[in-house]
Amino acid sequence: MIDVLDAGPLTTVQDCGRPGWAHLGVPHSGAADPHALALGNRLVGNDAGAAALEATLSGPLLRFRVAALVAVTGAETEATNRPFEVGAGEVLELGRFLSGVRAYISVRGGIDVEPVLGSRSTDLLSGLGPPQLKEGDVLPIGREPATAPELDLEPAPPLAAEPTLRLLPGPRDDWFAPNALAGTWRVSPSSNRVGVRLEGPRIERIRHEELLSEGVVTGALQVPSSGQPILLLNDHPTTGGYPVLGVVHADDLPLAGQLRPGQRLSFVLRHSGASAGTS
Amino acid sequence: MIEVRRAGEHGALLELADNAAAVRVARRLTSECAGLVDVVPGHRTVLVTWDDEPEELMTLAEAALRDDQAPLAGASVEIPVRYDGPDLHEVARLTGFSAEEVAARHMRAEYVVGFLGFAPGFAYLLGGDERLRVERRAEPRERVPAGSVALAGPYSGIYPRESPGGWQLIGSTTAALFDATRDPPALLSPGDRVRFVPA
Repeated sequence: MIDVLDAGPLTTVQDCGRPGWAHLGVPHSGAADPHALALGNRLVGNDAGAAALEATLSGPLLRFRVAALVAVTGAETEATNRPFEVGAGEVLELGRFLSGVRAYISVRGGIDVEPVLGSRSTDLLSGLGPPQLKEGDVLPIGREPATAPELDLEPAPPLAAEPTLRLLPGPRDDWFAPNALAGTWRVSPSSNRVGVRLEGPRIERIRHEELLSEGVVTGALQVPSSGQPILLLNDHPTTGGYPVLGVVHADDLPLAGQLRPGQRLSFVLRHSGASAGTS
Repeated sequence: MIEVRRAGEHGALLELADNAAAVRVARRLTSECAGLVDVVPGHRTVLVTWDDEPEELMTLAEAALRDDQAPLAGASVEIPVRYDGPDLHEVARLTGFSAEEVAARHMRAEYVVGFLGFAPGFAYLLGGDERLRVERRAEPRERVPAGSVALAGPYSGIYPRESPGGWQLIGSTTAALFDATRDPPALLSPGDRVRFVPA
């Protein structure tokens, strides 16, 4: 068990989310930096689907009732990417993150809260899964997996100060002028797990009819009538009525999940050779 | 005829002629196309996502349009409703009907679930009385109570849980639209028929 002495600005439980339920309006949810979650689980020898804590901007204060192997991944902290033992009765404190916005605290055995629709993830939009952590919470740790951890250190490249995200055009790129994405945008402080709100050059539409609601994916760059785009993160609603200019490359989604308020970024359009069959 | 639009490296948005076609294609892909992660109908689209793109995706989608000419079958669901919403009189004013006539016209229609979205279990109901078509509220509410029966544009909808919302609230129901412990968790699925009945 883990006692939450201080929850930090925002700490949630996250795993790989709830794929397969979007047709019923259930958001995907799950870790906003899936690479960091996967790495944390590898460092402590967990299954890839084990749940960790996703801390935002700075860490929670956690007291472990029993000794546990722990790894911290994602946003840069003093403890990044190296598994360590926290003794019984000891307190884990991460402080403010040096870069990035979301750090994952993986505990050997996983955070064993009750799953909802196959996932332990907190979904801040729809309220599924456990609520965000608060002071006084007690978190159960799951059974230790049979296998020992194989890694003891994973150096990670530092997060870019001004990242460029690769964007695959579509599904509604033809609603916008071809050079609509030239320029840089700044991450708004009102960003959250639903979406990263961007401020910068107004993205002009060349088609102005209303879009009928359609399904949207994580990583979609949605352009509301203000022309200030929103990059959808894991707790986004399953359908939307604003056109999506493009979708961030899957390998760049972890970068999107680490964007800090005030940070600048740009996009590069990448055309893919692969395509669904024509008709 | 299906227009295919890219939705990232692991997805595609299929554009169809109407909602019935979208529901047909979504049902066929859900039951027969192995390897899809999500199949999400929209008003006139189906979003599909995958880890590896299934080869037979478009063959199955086109077959669904060719084979299924019969009317779309779906479960029939009755929703008990009280027409006591805070916007009922505003909707009456906007449409030129009395509040009683708004309620009567809303109950008289047979709806079909076009698609779900916005929140778990939130169904966009099509087929309502054309003359009850009203815009969203200029100022969305921060809190709409669970069970609110509402109108916006061509849709009727029911808020499954308390949430912010901009639709015009005309009534309320005690029906449980979503329960994660139930199988299936959502009361309504795309293609289902819905009637509102007096509570």
